[in-house]
Amino acid sequence: MDAGNTSAVSVDRLVKLYKGVAAVDGISFRLPAGTITGLLGGNGAGKTTTIAMIMGLVTPTAGSVTVLGAQMPKERYRVLHRMNFESPYVDMPTRLTVRQNLSVFAQLYAVTDIEARVAELAADLDLAEFLDRPNGKLSAGQKTRVSLAKALLNKPEVLLLDEPTASLDPDTADWVRSRLERYRRDNRATVLLASHNMNEVERLCERVIIMKRGRIEDDDTPARLLAHYGRETLEEVFLDVARGRGHQSEVAQ
Amino acid sequence: MTGVDSGFDFSLNRVAAMVRRYWYLLRSSWPRILDLIYWPTVQMLMWGFLQMYVAQNAGFFARAGGVFIGAVLLWDMLFRGQLGFSISFLEEMWSRNLANIMMSPLRPVEFICALMIMSVVRLAIGMVPVTLLAIAFFGFNLWTLGLALAAFFVNLMLTSWSVGIFVAGLLLRNGMGAESLAWTIMFLFLPLTCVYYPVTVLPVWLQYVAWSLPPTYVFEGMRALLIEHVFRADLMMQALAFNVVLFAAASFAFLKLLGSARVQGTLLQAGE
Repeated sequence: MDAGNTSAVSVDRLVKLYKGVAAVDGISFRLPAGTITGLLGGNGAGKTTTIAMIMGLVTPTAGSVTVLGAQMPKERYRVLHRMNFESPYVDMPTRLTVRQNLSVFAQLYAVTDIEARVAELAADLDLAEFLDRPNGKLSAGQKTRVSLAKALLNKPEVLLLDEPTASLDPDTADWVRSRLERYRRDNRATVLLASHNMNEVERLCERVIIMKRGRIEDDDTPARLLAHYGRETLEEVFLDVARGRGHQSEVAQ
Repeated sequence: MTGVDSGFDFSLNRVAAMVRRYWYLLRSSWPRILDLIYWPTVQMLMWGFLQMYVAQNAGFFARAGGVFIGAVLLWDMLFRGQLGFSISFLEEMWSRNLANIMMSPLRPVEFICALMIMSVVRLAIGMVPVTLLAIAFFGFNLWTLGLALAAFFVNLMLTSWSVGIFVAGLLLRNGMGAESLAWTIMFLFLPLTCVYYPVTVLPVWLQYVAWSLPPTYVFEGMRALLIEHVFRADLMMQALAFNVVLFAAASFAFLKLLGSARVQGTLLQAGE
């Protein structure tokens, strides 16, 4: 899994303690440039904390995070304009229209032709008809698309997604996944996707990191994980990990 | 797609983006704009009529025309300046937008600059009509203070920004649990900075505390101007010196509290 010098994100023996309790407990991984990786785990597994440390929002207790060659959070301003993220748990001002929200963020990210970029994303993500509607008047699915547009404004080389399809209906979720897939393919972006949704991870990710209680339990391609655990779906693999059942080979022994 | 960005940039463009954002927020809600004018008007009317009543019954107050109205207008500059700063900051937390802002290329110093600009904008919307009403109702024209008014304004704004910056740090570190401080912290300055009475009224030991607060010099300076018709430049310089120290201390505290928020992981959780 090591991509050597081409890693866009490098996490090395990363630890985060909150009042002595480990939210992340000594994890290491590298994300090669242009890949899409799923970060799987139950509630409290440490996915969001890991993503927050990669973004530079949370300072690690120990270990290091490097993004596009910059040490996080110390050198974050060298690379923040080349990254972005999306999470249903982070919102945008409800009283601002979609266009106002997007154009403000575009200006923050020094996007050169703001109007054109907003129009391009509006067309691509099917936002055009409610560009001038306040964010607070949108449905959950529309809000997610707006958040996704915000995350893609600066054409990020590293895109961090924290449960991007949580609380969406299957049709909208599928639509969002197809857009993400296309963005990654067209822009050679590196994507880290934290999710509870096994179908999503199975469809989008070429690699899966499974976390449990702040540690990495497994790290492999979906196909190899299925083979290791002797399962047909990642959901079954996830349940095996969550309930402490090991690989098929270990069980046989 | 994006411009080159080193770690030490200060971007007016990013400051402008944030000011634009707060301006959109402000103009999207007429009750909020009305609220900017409503309370300063009520205060000015109440103190103005009180001043008229007292002036009719006491010779000193008849000579010291406009002291109460002047005091309440300057106090509102101090209070509303801080509130304007803090409310713009709170908007980020109310809308759960803080993580978006904090992981954008916006620097803390740019964020603070945008908040300072918005505090002046909000203050202008609230105070300019009220000063005109003071002329209409009581014949008190704050604008005739000229250069003195500029000195009062600069010092009061510096204090209000310092308090606003410190409160923003507390909000980052402690989340919405610290929200009530944003609304109430400035009231600690009301008795201590001697808005409506001279410093000599205070017990001697408390006078030392009062003289360590920059607005005290402004309110004493205002009374000197309105009662004795003397502009005390020395008081303004002393206020400025204390303000420089206060502003530096508040900025230092903000950066420390922001660092602590990153350690405690509160930037992601900040919200309603």
